[in-house]
Amino acid sequence: MANTRSQVPKKRGDVVFSGLVTASGIAILVTLSAVATFLVVESLPALNPSAEIGNAPEGFWAYVAPLVFGTLLAAVLALIFATPLAIGIGLFISHYAPRRIASSLGYVIDLLAAIPSVVYGLWGIQVLAPAVQPIYQWLNENLGWIPLFVGPVSGTGRTILTVSFVLAIMILPIMSALAREIFLQTPKLNEEAALALGATRWEMIKLSVLPFARSGLLSSAMLGLGRAVGETMAVAMVLSPAAVITFALITPTNPSTIASTIALDFPEAAGLNVNALIAAGLVLFVITMAVNIAARGIITRHARKVAF
Amino acid sequence: MAKRIELKKVSVFYGDFRAVDDVTLNIEPRTVTAFIGPSGCGKSTLIRTLNRMHEVIPGAYVDGKVLMDGRNLYGSDVDPVEVRRQVGMVFQRPNPFPTMSIRDNVLAGYKLNNARVAKSDADDVVEKSLKRANLWKEVKDRLDKPGGGLSGGQQQRLCIARAIAVEPEVLLMDEPTSALDPISTLAIEDLVSELKQEYTIVIVTHNMQQAGRISDKTAFFNIDGAGEPGKLIEFDDTATIFSNPTKKMTEDYISGRFG
Repeated sequence: MANTRSQVPKKRGDVVFSGLVTASGIAILVTLSAVATFLVVESLPALNPSAEIGNAPEGFWAYVAPLVFGTLLAAVLALIFATPLAIGIGLFISHYAPRRIASSLGYVIDLLAAIPSVVYGLWGIQVLAPAVQPIYQWLNENLGWIPLFVGPVSGTGRTILTVSFVLAIMILPIMSALAREIFLQTPKLNEEAALALGATRWEMIKLSVLPFARSGLLSSAMLGLGRAVGETMAVAMVLSPAAVITFALITPTNPSTIASTIALDFPEAAGLNVNALIAAGLVLFVITMAVNIAARGIITRHARKVAF
Repeated sequence: MAKRIELKKVSVFYGDFRAVDDVTLNIEPRTVTAFIGPSGCGKSTLIRTLNRMHEVIPGAYVDGKVLMDGRNLYGSDVDPVEVRRQVGMVFQRPNPFPTMSIRDNVLAGYKLNNARVAKSDADDVVEKSLKRANLWKEVKDRLDKPGGGLSGGQQQRLCIARAIAVEPEVLLMDEPTSALDPISTLAIEDLVSELKQEYTIVIVTHNMQQAGRISDKTAFFNIDGAGEPGKLIEFDDTATIFSNPTKKMTEDYISGRFG
C-alpha cells in the first residue's frame, strides 16, 4: 500500500472504517481455512486405507458411499418437488396476483423460512408421515412394478420420500423468493414486445419472461440443492436410517444422509469412528462447495448475457 | 386491409391523474399521421390507447370511444389481446426477443395467431416480412443468429418486420427512431413511406423535421404545465401545420420558441 496516495493524510474515521471492513474480509478467509484445515487434518486417519474403523469394516469409502447417495437422492427429489412449485409461486406473485395479495403472500413465504428445522422435523414425524403412509400403500399396490415403489411399504411413513417432501418445503421459501426476483427483472420492453403482438399473459410469459429467467432459475435451483444437501435436523428426526444404496423410496430401509448421520452418531462415537464422521463431513463440504461454485458460475454467465 | 380510426372524446387516466383530455380526431387509412408535442404532453399515452397497451400500467383507463372502422375498441365484448393482434406496435427502443433467432423473432407474433405453421409458410412469411422491412439482404444468411446481435437500426427494422408479419390493420410507432443514428433513421423513414401504401400508420415523434418529411397529417399536443392533462391543440394536413398553423401555440412550437 506504499503508493503515492497514502502520503495524503487520512481522516481518522476513514482509517478506522477501512480497518474494520478489511478485518471482516480477512475473518471470513480465516474461518474458512480453519474449518477446512480441521476437516482435512481430522479426516486423514480415517482416509488411510489400512485404518480399521469400527463403524466401517470395509473401509471409509464403502462407509460413506450410501451416505453420499442418500444425501443426493433426498436433495434431488426435494428439488424435483420444489422447483415447479417455486416457479409457480414466483410467477403468481410477480405476474398474476393483485399487488396487495402478492406482498402478503411474500410475507407468508418468508415466514416459512423462519420456521426452525426442528419444527419441520417434528411436523414430518407427527403429521406428514402418517398422512402419506396410506398414499405409499396405494402407490405400492398400484404402481409397485416401478422400482421406486417396491415393497415392503414402511408402516410409519418415515421414508426417504417423506424426508424429501419435508426438504422440499424447507427450500421452497428461498427458491420462490429468488424466482420472484428473477421474474420481476424481466425487461418491461420485452414484455411489452410480446403483449403488443397480441400475446395473452401466458404467451407473454412464454415469449419473454421464461427465456429471460432460464439461467437465473437454474442457479436458484442450485442454491436450493445446496441447502437441501446440508440439512441435518429434519432428516435425522424423520428418517430411520440404514446403510443401503437403493432407489426404493417407500420401504422401511432407507439410505441416510451425511449430515444426519453425523448428528446421530457423533455423541456415541470414539477413536477412529470420530475421524470417519469428520471425513464424511469433509465429503459433504466438498459436495456443497461444488454445488455453490456451479451456481455462481451460472449466475456470472447469465449476468454477462443479459448485459449484452 | 388498412382501417380508419376515429377518436371520440378520448380522455386517458392513470388512476386519478388525467393524462390526456378530450381528444377527438380522425385517422385516415393509408396515411401517416404524426403526433408531435413537448415531453409529457400525452402523445405516447394517446398512441398506446389505440392498441390498449396503456392497460399494462395498473390503474390506467380510457374514457370516450376509439372506433376502428366503426367498431369501438373499448366495447365491453372486446378482448385487448384481439385488438393488439390487429394493431401492430413499434417501440422507442428496439426490443427484439434477445435469446430468439432472427427468424423466430419475425415469426413470434405469427405463431401466436396460427397454432401450427408449416415450415414453407413460415419461410415465406419470414422472407416477405424482412423484405418489406428492408432487412432481408442484410440478414438472409444469418437467420438463425440471435436478434440481439444486430445493430440498433437493424434491430428496429427487425421489430417492424415482426409487427408486419401478422398483417395488422394499423401500425403504431412510438418514437421509432429516437434511439437510432441518422443513417438508420433515414432507413426507417423510407420504410414508413413505403408501408403507408398498405397500412394506416400513426407515429409519435420528437423530431419535427421527421414529422414534416414523412407524415400526411400532424396532430400537435401540448400541456399547460406539469400535472395538467395533455390536450390536442391542432390537427391538420402536415403542410398546413408547418407552414400556416391557425393556433399561436402551434406556431411557437414549430418555430422552436419552446419545447
